[in-house]
Amino acid sequence: MKVNGTSETLNGPLSVAGLVESRGLNPARVAVELNGNIVPRAERATTMLKDSDTVEIVSFVQGG
Amino acid sequence: MSAEVHTEADTRVAGAAEPTPLTPAERAEAERLSGAYTAHNPVGSGAYATVEDTPLVLGGHEFTSRFILGSGRYDLNLIKATIENAGTQIVTMALRRAQTNENSVLDYIPQGITLLPNTSGARTAEEAVRIARLAREVCQTDFVKVEIKREEKYLLPDNAETIKATEILANEGFVVMPYMFPDPLAAHDLEEAGAAAVMPLGAMIGSNKGVRMRDFIEVIIANAHVPVIVDAGIGRPSQACEAMEIGADAVMAYTAVASAGNIPLMARAFRDAIDAGRAAYLSGLGAVVEGHAVPSSPTTGYLR
Repeated sequence: MKVNGTSETLNGPLSVAGLVESRGLNPARVAVELNGNIVPRAERATTMLKDSDTVEIVSFVQGG
Repeated sequence: MSAEVHTEADTRVAGAAEPTPLTPAERAEAERLSGAYTAHNPVGSGAYATVEDTPLVLGGHEFTSRFILGSGRYDLNLIKATIENAGTQIVTMALRRAQTNENSVLDYIPQGITLLPNTSGARTAEEAVRIARLAREVCQTDFVKVEIKREEKYLLPDNAETIKATEILANEGFVVMPYMFPDPLAAHDLEEAGAAAVMPLGAMIGSNKGVRMRDFIEVIIANAHVPVIVDAGIGRPSQACEAMEIGADAVMAYTAVASAGNIPLMARAFRDAIDAGRAAYLSGLGAVVEGHAVPSSPTTGYLR
């Protein structure tokens, strides 16, 4: 699985919500894209990840 | 010793501009506009000139502030004071890969501020659309500042890609505010594509050079049906004031404030300059006269 450009190994079942939590991120402050499609907040807990997945987790930073 | 009284009717240079009194219609308009603009009055008579401005309208949302502020590059703890001193109601931010345990800029922005995510990092319309959709997912806002750059040295906005992205995002219900190179034809195309405003650059991003593209921004302002917001290159309050004097609807600044010695104070200075420029624009500036002077005192009754 690729998360934010880095390869990671899945150790057991993991949902998108679980991934966000495991990285210490505030779920209210991020958006998640799974294989190019946004995972809506309401579907994060039920969307399970696969080894072939590419995930992007993004948040806001200071900028102009 | 006797002083000769000069009584020539007119010693002014032919063609000089002469102040003309207001027509009744103009006077009525000036009176209609008076009322809301207040400032410190050193004599406290309450007779200070006032002007009632119309709001800045972006995608149906009304704003009284005409100062859009970048959210940082400085200590997160300064953001609140900077926003308050700027009097701003719209703050921009960027979207990046989330870093674990990073403080979120969103936690430092006061309630009630409209968030304006930008699409920085996008090199194509497609990338900008992707970023805009993700930004909407993070903060549930429809506002987006589209910026698309395909080279790193001059950081110029790619107008063609920006027009494409604007059309796609406007059709998806976004309030699209495209950052653009000040090409008046592109500004027209952006409007047609559904932009809620156009944001021509004053000079290259971060250059602090001011409204170098003034002639073309003036053409854009003269023809725009959406707000024109001068973005990028504004390095000091006087330049922000200049942009407002020529009729820009708002100014966006970031580097100039973020790199100041006292950031909240610079935010305040920009706010005052933008207010001053707006008031000057609403007042109507005097005509520029080339090649000769225009006397400012009576040209009759000289003691000569």
